[in-house]
Amino acid sequence: MNSGLWVYLATSPLLWLAGTLVVWLAATRIAALSPGNPLLNPIMLSIAAIAAVLLLSGVQYGTYFEGAQFIHFLLGPATVALGIPLYEKLALVKTNLLPMLAALIAGSLAAVGSTVFLSHLFGFSPSVVASLAPKSTTAAVAMAISSGLDGDPALTAAVVVLTGICGAIVVTPMMNAMRIRDYSARGFAAGLASHGIGTARAYSVDPVAGLFSGIAMGLNAVLTSLIVHLFL
Amino acid sequence: MLVGITILLVFQLIGETAAYFLGGFVPGPVIGMAMVAVALVATGGVAPLQPAHRQTLETSRAILANLGILFVPAGVGIIQHFDLIRDRGLALLAIIVLSTVITLAVTVWAFLLVKRLTGGSVDE
Repeated sequence: MNSGLWVYLATSPLLWLAGTLVVWLAATRIAALSPGNPLLNPIMLSIAAIAAVLLLSGVQYGTYFEGAQFIHFLLGPATVALGIPLYEKLALVKTNLLPMLAALIAGSLAAVGSTVFLSHLFGFSPSVVASLAPKSTTAAVAMAISSGLDGDPALTAAVVVLTGICGAIVVTPMMNAMRIRDYSARGFAAGLASHGIGTARAYSVDPVAGLFSGIAMGLNAVLTSLIVHLFL
Repeated sequence: MLVGITILLVFQLIGETAAYFLGGFVPGPVIGMAMVAVALVATGGVAPLQPAHRQTLETSRAILANLGILFVPAGVGIIQHFDLIRDRGLALLAIIVLSTVITLAVTVWAFLLVKRLTGGSVDE
């Protein structure tokens, strides 16, 4: 390749914005080849491909993010957009109000509590513990919580995505093994434990699971930002 | 499309403003999410607002259908933490996997327990 052209393009936001979109479209096509396989997660495939390109070419993450920030920015309006399925399926939500409330409180305490306990057990520094604590909530919210607790928002972002991928991979086989067939309960657990990535997975399995996953993700963002102070 | 994205951004802005006055306890987009649902319920019967409603629903569906890509830029940030991954990667992975499995189990059990206690029908 013409190295002058590469230097010119590699420092422009356009290359990394367009590149992220192209990689994502390719990753979703690859994931669609085997729809039942949670290991072919398009988010994980995209991150691995882009990370490999950056490491091999020596391009800094900051340079990449100048282009990719336009996609990252949409996490905010996407969180607001979760209010729409909430509105559309209000009746279904109302009939499940008490189970949702119980699952929200129990799940949120379990998510933050188990993470803080385990990271102390493994001897991580207070800053890393604070960065990990909100990892079940959606990226924008987790980063805000982490920086409020003197954590490292960049580490939080990465761990949030890993937690989401982990949840998206384990939720279906785990729920099947537990013989749980209630898709409202399955979806709620997916969204609570693994936010938007779990929700994307839940929508691909069942629309009711997707709805409850989106609600759980929103509610857990609120509750985690309140209860995290109990543990740290 | 333009009306839809404007409405979402304005509600995010309202949410951020509320979050500022609440001392940042609840993140702005989450307040925006609750407020957009309340606003849709409150204005559901107002005829002149129907086109705006429809556009908000369409834009939201388009965004939520492509939710996954929004996590890619933050996820690539993992490359900044190679020291931590090299030195403590297994411990980090153990924490992530264990706490995710615990959270999934506790959440789904609490949901189904209370659903049965309150007489709801659980799909078996």
